[in-house]
Amino acid sequence: MRVILLGPQRRPTVDAVARYHTLGVSGPVAVVTAGWQEREPDDAELIRLLGGRAVNLALYRRWLDVQDRDPGYFAAERLLAETLAELQDLYLLRLDYALRAVYALQRRSGGFAAEALDVAMAAVRELDAAHLRRVNGARLEFIQRWPPHDRPVIAEHRAEVSALLAGASAVVIAGGHVGVLAGVLHLFNVGAALPSTAGGPLVAAWSAGAMALTDRIVLFHDRAPQGPGHPEVYASGLSVVRDAVLLPHARARLLLDDAPRMAVFARRFGPARCILLESGTRIEIGGAGWPPGVRVIGEDGHVTALETALEAS
Amino acid sequence: MTAPSEPKGRGAGWTPLSPPNPPQERETSDEGPPPQAARPAGWRLEAPRRRTESTVSEPRGAGAGAAPVSRKLAINRLRDRRPLDAAAVDRFLARYEVPIVEGARCTFLYRGEADEVFLIHRIFGLPDHLPLRRLHGTDLWHVVLELPEGSRVEYQLEVAFADGRRERVNDPLNPRLAHSPVGSSSVCYASGHVIPDWTFPDPEARPGSLTDLVVPSRALRRDCPVTLYRPARFRRTARYPLLIVHDGGDYLGFADAKTVLDNLIHRLDVAELVAAFVYPGDRLAEYANSAAHARFLTAELLPRLEAELPLAGTPSGRCLMGCSFGAVAALSTAYRHPEVYGSLLLQSGSFVFTDIGHDHGGGPPFEPVVRFVNRYRAAPRRVADRLFVSCGVYEPLIVPNRSMVPVFEAAGMAVRYVEARDGHSWENWRDRLRDGLSWIFPGPQKFFYE
Repeated sequence: MRVILLGPQRRPTVDAVARYHTLGVSGPVAVVTAGWQEREPDDAELIRLLGGRAVNLALYRRWLDVQDRDPGYFAAERLLAETLAELQDLYLLRLDYALRAVYALQRRSGGFAAEALDVAMAAVRELDAAHLRRVNGARLEFIQRWPPHDRPVIAEHRAEVSALLAGASAVVIAGGHVGVLAGVLHLFNVGAALPSTAGGPLVAAWSAGAMALTDRIVLFHDRAPQGPGHPEVYASGLSVVRDAVLLPHARARLLLDDAPRMAVFARRFGPARCILLESGTRIEIGGAGWPPGVRVIGEDGHVTALETALEAS
Repeated sequence: MTAPSEPKGRGAGWTPLSPPNPPQERETSDEGPPPQAARPAGWRLEAPRRRTESTVSEPRGAGAGAAPVSRKLAINRLRDRRPLDAAAVDRFLARYEVPIVEGARCTFLYRGEADEVFLIHRIFGLPDHLPLRRLHGTDLWHVVLELPEGSRVEYQLEVAFADGRRERVNDPLNPRLAHSPVGSSSVCYASGHVIPDWTFPDPEARPGSLTDLVVPSRALRRDCPVTLYRPARFRRTARYPLLIVHDGGDYLGFADAKTVLDNLIHRLDVAELVAAFVYPGDRLAEYANSAAHARFLTAELLPRLEAELPLAGTPSGRCLMGCSFGAVAALSTAYRHPEVYGSLLLQSGSFVFTDIGHDHGGGPPFEPVVRFVNRYRAAPRRVADRLFVSCGVYEPLIVPNRSMVPVFEAAGMAVRYVEARDGHSWENWRDRLRDGLSWIFPGPQKFFYE
């Protein structure tokens, strides 16, 4: 599977990417705009850019349909959402103290400060990992109790989505609300359908769409009105892209000039690469891994471009 | 002892600039919206009509009247002019907006025949009557005040005439007014003051709705009007946090609360929420640590709202908000029901207390407040998880508010405290709403990557 990660599409590049990579390949481009939520159908501009031969998978509409036609499942899903929200809240509470310790130790020097910093950093990494395990565990438990494939309405939509993907030359996933996007991609089993996409599947995604392809979705916003928030592990995405934390709008959303803070960011999520997805970014992931020139946050906290190709899953 | 309105007897924080005397510490608001700031346009492949990034506020109000800064103040250049006659003053006043803001220095002016003219303001720490001086040979009076960057000051002029009359008026040369339930006053926006753009109606923001209902209250022995705010795209299938707002009519009327909520929700700064704007009856009684008021909110209003609306129904999804006496009402309600409300948003709380003796300077309406705050300070207790506290540095209540922060923290509550170079006014409270609401009910910005 070829995966192309794009930066935000204020100045669109997805049209050129889709045109180039689907040249000579028949079948429409499957489009996901579920991250736009209730504005999912406002896709005319995108469809036009894709040459008019695109079909929207309408995953958000399908999710609303499930809510309407399967109230039992919807009620259970809402309870799951409340559980996950509480888990996230408790995780953030612990993370706040853990990261404050890291930042405080980072300002120390000499003696055992470096060792203490390593230990504090390890505690944060373990906290992140434990949270992801807990969240995935809660989701798995939910799936076991409410198997989606046993729900007729969901099964019906899954079949339709699978059929659309089977005939598609490429899949384009737009940005938006990464939580909603990841949720509907999982619900309608898009990940399982991707490898069977016809014609040597191309997946092009930007912003939240790209984040939803990773194995670990990290939320971040250093410029929120309530002040910088701690980057937080949210959930697992489709795991099409592994060992990467994708950072759309990095310049606008992160305090990139705060090297110590960024150093913690990079060390915390290593060995995964913290990859900037800025406007104009286009990263093609193939067998050779991350291509040279990809901009990442280095362990020193500075943004740097990869000089040689690094292996990516 | 912490005095609420020093210097003693001045009562700057408690009396209005305009007669008649108000029911305590209720001040002023804005003069109305200036024109909309231009918004960036451009093609984008992202969800339309909803922004994910905060925008930079455009300076307005303050900057509009700022004069170019030179070494010599405009008023001094006028003084040197010859001939310095009425025509010269006419030209001078036609050229400048008043007060004339030149860097940190603001020149206040009055034109007319008088014996004396005073600038009456509310800046805690400065003499509240500042005399204006007559420019020799003219009927133009002036005084220069240094105001720190970003300040906002409400004021009036007191004019003493030869026949003994004294008149207190808004500045006839300054069209900018702040309004409140007790009248209006003039406003000086110092250099660098910014009126946040999210306080003005945004045509891109989908409007929420307001509906009125009446909640019969046995606790208060009256029918209590409540105005409900529902966000745009309100859905029965969702679960919303609830914000209960004291002095609801004033927040809606003088702090543009609906516009602010519409905009902050639209910008994803604040979560979609339901707000209940409540109205006081006998405000000084109901808001000064009243058991009946606390019972009304907690045992009558809250159960009804949670039964009829899709609300979160958990402490973390409930916030009590209020300013001045309304903040006391919020705190004392949570004090009486410590497991019910997860957050409090307290603006310029009238948290007057005494460390020794009984002279708190607030007058009889403050007696129950002082008793409550003294009791709380003696034995602080956790009444909520999170407290947002804000206060203007130019209001006398800055001292008690600063004093309460460590007390709240010591009780084990997460406190975010914000000060502004502003006074006890509705514009101040309005302009702090994003800080407070985005902290208490943060919007989903962190989820959006367009």
